[in-house]
Amino acid sequence: MSGENSGPDGSGARRRSAIFDRIRTGVSGGGTVAQRRAAVDARLGGQAPHLIPERAKKDAEGRKALFVEHLKGQSATVVSVAGPEDIPEAIVSYLRGANLPMRVRMGDDPRLQGVPWAKQPALTCDRGRAQPGDEVGLSHAVAGVAETGTLVMMSGGDNPVTLNYLPETHVVVVKASDIAGNYEAAFDQVRGRLGRGTMTRTVNLISGPSRTGDIGGRLVMGAHGPRRMCVIIVDG
Amino acid sequence: MDVTAHAFKDNAKVALADAQLQRALSGLKGGLVAQRTAARERLPEFEALREIGRDIKNHTLANLDLYLEVWETKAKAAGAHVYWAPTAADAREIVLDICRQANARVVTKGKSMVSEEIGLNAHLQGQGMEVVETDLGEYLVQIRKETPSHIIAPAIHLTQDQVEADFRRVHTHLPKDRVLVEPPQLVDEARKILREKFIKADVGITGANFLISETGSSVIVTNEGNGDLTQSLAKVHVVITSIDKVVPTLEDVSTLIRLLARSATGQEISTYTTFSTGPRRPGDPDGPEQYHVVVLDNGRSALLGTPFREALRCIRCGACMNHCPVYGAVGGHAYGWVYPGPIGAVINPALIGLKEAAPLPHASTFCGRCESVCPMKIPLPKLMRDWRTQDFADGGGGAGARLGLKAWAALATRPRLYHLATRLGIAALGMAGRFKGGAFRSLPFVGGWTRHRDLPAPQGRTFQQLWAETKAGVPR
Repeated sequence: MSGENSGPDGSGARRRSAIFDRIRTGVSGGGTVAQRRAAVDARLGGQAPHLIPERAKKDAEGRKALFVEHLKGQSATVVSVAGPEDIPEAIVSYLRGANLPMRVRMGDDPRLQGVPWAKQPALTCDRGRAQPGDEVGLSHAVAGVAETGTLVMMSGGDNPVTLNYLPETHVVVVKASDIAGNYEAAFDQVRGRLGRGTMTRTVNLISGPSRTGDIGGRLVMGAHGPRRMCVIIVDG
Repeated sequence: MDVTAHAFKDNAKVALADAQLQRALSGLKGGLVAQRTAARERLPEFEALREIGRDIKNHTLANLDLYLEVWETKAKAAGAHVYWAPTAADAREIVLDICRQANARVVTKGKSMVSEEIGLNAHLQGQGMEVVETDLGEYLVQIRKETPSHIIAPAIHLTQDQVEADFRRVHTHLPKDRVLVEPPQLVDEARKILREKFIKADVGITGANFLISETGSSVIVTNEGNGDLTQSLAKVHVVITSIDKVVPTLEDVSTLIRLLARSATGQEISTYTTFSTGPRRPGDPDGPEQYHVVVLDNGRSALLGTPFREALRCIRCGACMNHCPVYGAVGGHAYGWVYPGPIGAVINPALIGLKEAAPLPHASTFCGRCESVCPMKIPLPKLMRDWRTQDFADGGGGAGARLGLKAWAALATRPRLYHLATRLGIAALGMAGRFKGGAFRSLPFVGGWTRHRDLPAPQGRTFQQLWAETKAGVPR
């Protein structure tokens, strides 16, 4: 691309140095570059004062209760099951209650592939990324965040990102033991999987179904993403 | 876009007389303002978080060159193409070039104020591309050939009736007798139309609320999910953002996320907060094949060494305009350029020149609500006052105002003369007032007051006189 730094016409490099020269002039009063670099490295290494709200520091039971309370407040349906073997029944019961077809699409996540789907022969499971006609997407969250009822999703073959947004209904499975109190703890879980400084193509924080307030200021569900969301918490 | 900031006074007059606009604006206080107050009360740490948020941004801006370099290195390592755009024209050229290389015919867009700032839509449309805004508010504004009147609620100046009329005017392929009475019916219609565009799009353009140095990511925050469909379904994802959006770590962005939605809409968190890093990975079944990030300066770096650097902390929540009595009275379009309200009055002069934007820092009562709600604690009234000072030094303000200010300065810096003049003036007004029954129906220089109400006449002595008497023990 001609505009990038390495571009053949040199315009990218010229533009870049024009900006950085002005920034360096602007910040020049704040110490030597070596001093500033030390402060930057320390912060990037994780040394910085932070404030975690009290509500986000509960024990496992308290975290789950707060997570459920917020998600329900954000118009999601929440169901608890004892173990992965109960997931098919929970999904069938939700789909029946919402008068939806018994068909879901999911990715290759081993935690979902290990579920005994055969226990519910009425339920058809498709694999792969979401297609425009899909009604129900099924994903597995990497974590939950209690402080605001938020699901943390990592994109990829296990959980294709389009499943989060394209189908009208999104069913998300999360393990109770993965419900963190706060965002910082949830990001630590992401770092634990990928290493510090590394992300999947997208990490998606999702806090209920899609909504908009753009028409006359009134809240309407299902703007572009899912109209409804069911969260299944697996206790065991 | 056309700049009409210089005509703020005339724009404001038109806005005040616009009954439809006034009806639309009347919902602000009970809506976004009340919702923010409630969210703040639910989180006892909110005020402490504002201070930490301010410190995060101050630290980042003081080391902006270093954090941008780290971000760039990480982003490229993840497969991003990074471009630096000193000016709006540079940014337009870069984005157009990317779209051309992708043979783009349909371009979808998530909400981006920086794209408004550089006039991106018109530029791409001028090259024959179909550009579709997918945020519902932005879509409404686009089909009306208007610009956003608010940075997070672009169609806040419209009523539901207007939306229905516009849909009937533009969506002519749909049955004429369809029912469009309730907001969900209108949302549904837009959903169906935009769904086709998402699927057809060759390039998806979004903004970024944050860039993260630790991971090389860009972050968007939405409620509709349009930004995610925009960037996940097109082959090419272009992010258009600016140098002030970078923050160091995931911990830092956590603090800012706690502040952003609560300040903006009173939500605990927006429905979707998405961290994008590079293009789809090998083996990924979806996501864009290319990921480009265009980082705009457009005058921001020049603010770093000045008092106005504080405005670069802004996270674009819109709380300052929601709480501003001037914005609440005239709406966003009167400000005449991309950023309305108090934050616009502070950054527009820097981005388009004080000569063009001079009336904006004057469009404030200095009531201070904007600063008191700003999650980044930007001293907006002080910065507006700094622009006023500079405007005067540059010879702005018009002959009458300059003469008046000079006369006032001559008086105010000479206490004896000041006391004499006010004593005489107040005595004369007090005497005149007694003939008029204690109040004036009209008086020179105060027509703005007396047009709507009587001006109570002073009783004949100045505050300074009364103060001296009280100190001397005269009973009241």
